[in-house]
Amino acid sequence: MRALVMIEHDGKAIIPASLSAVTAAARTGAPVDALVMGEAAEAVVASAAQVAGVEKALCASAPHFAGNLAENLAPLVAQVAKNYTHVFAPATTFGRNLLPRAAALLDVAPISDIIAVESADTFRRPIYAGNAIATVQSADAIKLCTVRGTAFEAAATTGGAGAVEKLEATPDAGLSKYAGSEIAKSERPELTAARVVVAGGRGLASADNFKMLEKLADKLGGAVGASRAAVDANYVPNHCQIGQTGKVVAPALYIAVGLSGAIQHVAGMKDSKVIVAINKDPDAPIFQVADYGLVGDLFQAVPELIEKI
Amino acid sequence: MKVLVPVKRVIDYNVAIRVKSDKTGVETANVKMSMNPFDEIAVEEAVRLKEKGTATEVIAASLGPAGCVEILRTALAMGADRAVHVPFEGEAEPLGVAKTLRLLVGKEKPDLVILGKQAIDGDNGQTGQMLAALLGWGQATFASKVELAGGSAKVVREVDGGLETVELKCPCIITADLRMNEPRYATLPNIMKAKKKPVETMEAPAADLAPRLKVLKVDEPPTRKAGIKVPDVATLVEKLRVEAKVI
Repeated sequence: MRALVMIEHDGKAIIPASLSAVTAAARTGAPVDALVMGEAAEAVVASAAQVAGVEKALCASAPHFAGNLAENLAPLVAQVAKNYTHVFAPATTFGRNLLPRAAALLDVAPISDIIAVESADTFRRPIYAGNAIATVQSADAIKLCTVRGTAFEAAATTGGAGAVEKLEATPDAGLSKYAGSEIAKSERPELTAARVVVAGGRGLASADNFKMLEKLADKLGGAVGASRAAVDANYVPNHCQIGQTGKVVAPALYIAVGLSGAIQHVAGMKDSKVIVAINKDPDAPIFQVADYGLVGDLFQAVPELIEKI
Repeated sequence: MKVLVPVKRVIDYNVAIRVKSDKTGVETANVKMSMNPFDEIAVEEAVRLKEKGTATEVIAASLGPAGCVEILRTALAMGADRAVHVPFEGEAEPLGVAKTLRLLVGKEKPDLVILGKQAIDGDNGQTGQMLAALLGWGQATFASKVELAGGSAKVVREVDGGLETVELKCPCIITADLRMNEPRYATLPNIMKAKKKPVETMEAPAADLAPRLKVLKVDEPPTRKAGIKVPDVATLVEKLRVEAKVI
């Protein structure tokens, strides 16, 4: 048995969800190697080799690996995977885009979004937006899984002394081209890795009012999220959406403001350690999952909270 | 250009999911079924391409029990030209569905396949990527905007930190995200017209659809209990500090 973890990075640093995938891979009982791919993967492979538990860090760079194009990366993953019993990736847009493509090349049925490793071939994963949890056993020779980052602790970024090994890049498939991205720049922590998340819903009533939540998040060193209703109303950009079809978060503290708590939203935050809800409607479903509920006007409560914290 | 839109029949998104007491799955008997919402978005996009004159024909396809024909009728009422039903009883896995769709693509030779980024039952999010791999085509997953011109597709994708643009050679696969469009409601005259549109059947490749994964059990998720209501902000801050120790 040997496990390989695809490391997602931004060209400089490892994305935290990849470190959770390392932890999940180690739970299979197999020794773990890391695979770093990119336009200039060398910049990150040294950090990958230092991650606790990583025995070997493989590295492949090519200009056509820019933008993590699945058409160009999947053949390399499929080729390397033949030396492994497990191939894991974070269940981020990177992993969810790439891993199923690699799995099809290997004729393997992949397992998405695992939240627990029961044994080397059995995994637990949420279905129906987290309204049920399936325990799934794979008979494939190689197990390919994407890993829900919030379900596993991140492996330590130091303590490892893995060897670095360069791999030959696979050729450009010539099917696709990366044409740029608009990634929001923020001083705040990344939503899925933040210790505190302050999320707003339709009750905020405007994009301007979300600034109040940003202020609260900054005071707590947290990130700002939103319900689908707030995103659809253009109060905040799409990538802030928390829920079944958005991001799944599980911070130490989740503060839901002016947010009713639709089942699809709750699916994305119910594993938070402490949940606070502020809503003027005492019957809002969010109170059914909140540890501390405050019924009242958010426009009074949030400024007061900012002042008192 | 010909567009193929695979659609899945799932438990309606408004239905409260109940896990069966024997833990073999979720209750589907006497439960309202609908088209997977992401596939509805895919149908809408294909129909809009036809209305713009970019697409010449829109074909909807669905794999599953007889009830899938109703879902296909919905796609036809939204504006698809014809439909293909692949009868199949039992749980189909994304790899098997992708292999079935590969056969259908071989038969229909579409220039574009649009489907939902995931189905809201299994939440796998794999079929589009696997079909692209099997066909050796390009893929644009989590798409929010599609522009087709000169044999290529320029697609804006919703990625974790924001948006990303890719250019694909056609034929290619696009998986629809939530904000690609707002699907229309089928009007009564169009529902009537849809009844006359052709629905063919294609035989399911049984060997390809044999399950590869074994579902050992399906459990209820752990539930959270409602906590307490606090009277004011000062009490809340006190609780967070002293009791929960999170600030």
